[in-house]
Amino acid sequence: MNILNLFKIAYKALLRNKTRAFLTMLGIIIGIASVIAMVSIGQSSSQSINNQISGMGTNLIMVMRTSQRQGGVNVGSSNVQTLKASDVDAIRTQAKQISAVSPLVNASGQLVNGANNWPGSMQGGNSELLSIRKYSIASGTNFTEQDVRNSAKICVVGKTVVDNLFPNGENPLGKSIRFNKIPFKIIGVLESKGQNQMGQDQDDVVIAPYTTVQKRILAITYIHMIMASARSEETANEATDEIESILRSEHKLKPAQESDFDVRTQQEMLEMMNSVTGFLTILLAAIASISLLVGGIGIMNIMYVTVTERIKEIGLRMSIGAKNKDILLQFLCESIILSLIGGIIGILLGLLISYGASKGLNWPYIVSVPAVGMSFLVCAATGIFFGWYPAKKAASLDPINALRYE
Amino acid sequence: MSEIIQIKQLRRTFLVGSEEVHALKGISFTIHAGEFVSIMGTSGSGKSTLLNVLGCLDRPTSGEYFIDGIAVSERTKDELSTLRNRKIGFVFQSYNLLPRTSALENVELPLLYNTTVSGKERKERAIRALEQVGLQDRMMHTPNQLSGGQQQRVAIARALVNDPVILLADEATGNLDTRTSYEIMSLFQQLNEEGKTIAFVTHESDIAAFTGRTIQLRDGHIVKDSPVETQSAREVIMNYEL
Repeated sequence: MNILNLFKIAYKALLRNKTRAFLTMLGIIIGIASVIAMVSIGQSSSQSINNQISGMGTNLIMVMRTSQRQGGVNVGSSNVQTLKASDVDAIRTQAKQISAVSPLVNASGQLVNGANNWPGSMQGGNSELLSIRKYSIASGTNFTEQDVRNSAKICVVGKTVVDNLFPNGENPLGKSIRFNKIPFKIIGVLESKGQNQMGQDQDDVVIAPYTTVQKRILAITYIHMIMASARSEETANEATDEIESILRSEHKLKPAQESDFDVRTQQEMLEMMNSVTGFLTILLAAIASISLLVGGIGIMNIMYVTVTERIKEIGLRMSIGAKNKDILLQFLCESIILSLIGGIIGILLGLLISYGASKGLNWPYIVSVPAVGMSFLVCAATGIFFGWYPAKKAASLDPINALRYE
Repeated sequence: MSEIIQIKQLRRTFLVGSEEVHALKGISFTIHAGEFVSIMGTSGSGKSTLLNVLGCLDRPTSGEYFIDGIAVSERTKDELSTLRNRKIGFVFQSYNLLPRTSALENVELPLLYNTTVSGKERKERAIRALEQVGLQDRMMHTPNQLSGGQQQRVAIARALVNDPVILLADEATGNLDTRTSYEIMSLFQQLNEEGKTIAFVTHESDIAAFTGRTIQLRDGHIVKDSPVETQSAREVIMNYEL
């Protein structure tokens, strides 16, 4: 018997029970679709995080406070006050691989201009913060080191803040706005950067001299964070080491003591995020493949039922000349056809779901070719693996008993 | 006349638990080309076992069986399948048609297992077989759109399509009312007149009366093997206005 006839027989047998064939396929469809969608969505999200972090500049270095023990008490990082503006000066004078460095203090509050108000956070830095954060001035000027020394009540603002505080389109330059009741004069407006990959508005920002934020808003003497730019991406690691050793000597830490700060580069952030999203992708794919397994078992189940239900048909086929091999191959073909068609529909559905998800979440759309290829192989394997035993059972029937079976 | 079926000292023994059951206890007969033979017997007489052996579904425990000159006893299972496909046409009591499948496709079925027949030839031969049984108008009907008699005609067409040397009918009229069974017998008689060799297993003597020779089995032995004064099924239908 040739293969074409075989497929014709199997195909016709499936057509005789369309509803059941479809329901059987549904298991495979859902299994494959979820594997494809999960892998694709996982990869999209990691790509989107990648883009976002690289967009901030891979030569960006951040120094954060870390939690530390003080006499046996573990102090949360937000209460740590070890970073000082003097650390920034030390880095500026001693580090060779750093092109710019700025302290960072954050305060959140309400921005008010007359009747208009807008919730926002004020970031305090020195005059280099804008270049480190890759902002540029659209109109007006940046504040100067002089302003920083004087704790001047001036600020530069992003486009979103301008739009919300000056809805009638007045020129904000020179105007005074209030942040937590303290008046600030707007001296510059930032070039719009739009949303980042995570959907965060990068224009919703107010930047002021850090001394002003420290003294007039927060009343603190420490700083929250240090931001620096390495001279180039290649020297980022070297720069990290420099900062580490400078700060350790500034903080007078003994060699055995742990650092009370944490130096991170974007590169490291990237690697960390990638390992997290990679793990999540694998986890999702693993969960999805369980549904694929269930789908495969569904095929096996239905094939068993089908064999029992069609014992008379099998007997008839044997009596008109079908060899055991023909019966085996027919049922195997049926399950392979089911799983392959189910697989193809599943792949298409999975691609559609991941396309929808990536559009909806504003992530890049990634088709994972290995996932599609693997799914296809898994389908064929599922068909053979789960179809084998029922087919074997069908082929091993005795034609006499099968014909008389009621 | 050539010998289509020749059996010599045929025995078939089954093992039921540890006990041996002798279903056929050494029977011999010959069916020549063009004969219409009925095989009669009550249940337990061994007629089903005999039919299975004749149909190459089962192999005898001992004895010889030749179909169209081929020794069946020495064949492998796959060779038996091929023999069934080329030499034998089965007609069953319950028709055994594939549901939701047209009459034409049902009739084509045996030829699907014959690689020497092309798709085009398959269809032509199936159409011819359906014409032979008078169902040329119902080729695209599925079994549930056909009456019992018509379904049995489709089954007969399916048995004819591979041009077998013998038709084996197993209680082929058992599920039909009297008139319809006589019509089916009339069809068998017509096929026999056209030259088909037929072996018809039945337990009804009125059906056996339409054949040309009766082999009577009892407890695994042949108790009677004699020619019958053949009645014409068509005439019976007309005379008794069935």
